[in-house]
Amino acid sequence: MTTQANYHLPNLEAQMTFGALLGRTAPPSALVRLEGDLGAGKTTLARGLLRGLGYEGTVRSPTYTLMEPYEAAGRHCVHFDLYRLADAEELEFLGIRDLLAGDTLILVEWPERGEGVLPTGDLRIDLNYQRQGREITLIPQSEIGEGWLARVTSEASGFF
Amino acid sequence: MRVLGIETSCDETAAAVYDSERGLLAHRLYSQVELHAEYGGVVPELASRDHIRKLLPIVDEVLSESNSGPDDIDGIAYTAGPGLIGALMVGTSFGRSLAWSWGKPAVAVHHMEGHLLAPMLEDNPPPFPFVALLVSGGHSQLVDVRGVGDYRLMGESVDDAAGEAFDKTAKLLDLPYPGGPALSSLAESGRPDRYRFPRPMTDRPGLDMSFSGLKTFALNTLKDAIAQHGDPLPEQIRADIALAFEQALVETLAIKCRRAIRESGHQRLILAGGVSANTRLRSHMREIMEKEQIEVRYPRLEFCTDNGAMIAYAGWQRLRKGAHENLSFRPKPRWPLNE
Repeated sequence: MTTQANYHLPNLEAQMTFGALLGRTAPPSALVRLEGDLGAGKTTLARGLLRGLGYEGTVRSPTYTLMEPYEAAGRHCVHFDLYRLADAEELEFLGIRDLLAGDTLILVEWPERGEGVLPTGDLRIDLNYQRQGREITLIPQSEIGEGWLARVTSEASGFF
Repeated sequence: MRVLGIETSCDETAAAVYDSERGLLAHRLYSQVELHAEYGGVVPELASRDHIRKLLPIVDEVLSESNSGPDDIDGIAYTAGPGLIGALMVGTSFGRSLAWSWGKPAVAVHHMEGHLLAPMLEDNPPPFPFVALLVSGGHSQLVDVRGVGDYRLMGESVDDAAGEAFDKTAKLLDLPYPGGPALSSLAESGRPDRYRFPRPMTDRPGLDMSFSGLKTFALNTLKDAIAQHGDPLPEQIRADIALAFEQALVETLAIKCRRAIRESGHQRLILAGGVSANTRLRSHMREIMEKEQIEVRYPRLEFCTDNGAMIAYAGWQRLRKGAHENLSFRPKPRWPLNE
């Protein structure tokens, strides 16, 4: 079993390319926790992932709107940013239950603000700022996450 | 004609009563309401976006303040989108149902149309046509406004909104979130030209904007400055960085506005949204636009941020032309402005 994987992404282009790889290998429904400080590249990775799913439109920051829904090639994806939540209870007003029950790929920035309501999920992605680029760590939280990570590591070998 | 307006598209629960003869009669945000004993005396702290529990008290409040009963209201307008689905659902279902039970017409309003028509709430409204720059925590848009219902999106941010870039850079500078205004006051003691930030997307044609890169540039600049000056950074260095950031953002917006004015051929620019209160933006924009002989107008701040008055006004504009919804209601989280 793969426990976790670590990659160095030297520049913005590599962040987008790696995001796209995550999108191409993504399961139809999963909860992804995107962790990292302000400016660590969470939204950039989400943008790359949506490109990998086949979404070609603008991917705006969800900080103000809290959630941005997308549809690409018949698949549903919702990009959350919980930074502005004062209380995890507010997730109820965003319809999180329906989304968790459906076939949706859910990306969550600042998941710790949803603690108590947001489940552990399937894949945790840690992003860390480095002087040159970013370091990304993928940590599966479920069998779905493990399967996804196995697909990522096999495709990523040689490129990252 | 007297219209009740309801706004619940994102954070604010807001309502207003607009009268076509007498103007705006009452408008309230839930966060401003002094709740009276009739609501139980002790008012629980309600979660943000708990529109369900907030809407009825503030609708009651604007109705009583404007001395309006069901017979005095000629129509009900509600924000149907764009926005958060759960939040929109509350305002649309409430507005549509109340109109049905009162036997009045209901009308769905586009949130951004509300913002674009907000300057019309002032005593001396700007004549059409004009270019509107909407800059807030959630929006950065340039819109060609030729008249009621005649809008063309000229450009918008492809990533972070301008206000969001302010707030996040403020956070990087250890100011409390949201810290746009705090960043501006820190910038006042900054020394010009100590740092130089890019002016994103100004080196190529087009009216789209991008502010996410400014935040990343601020992060890199801060890390370099800490390596050079130590942690915590001296106050003067933080102020220098804040100023360089603010100048870059303000100049980028001004460049885009000048382009939009030239492209449209209009003689008037309206600045709206929370960021339009920024003093550096106002003075720089005035300077640039004077050279172009363009008039610059700012609606008052309470009409710049989300409010019910703009929805009641936009709703009146639609109702007077005979628009109304059938008995169904449909919130539209994604709703392009020109549809």
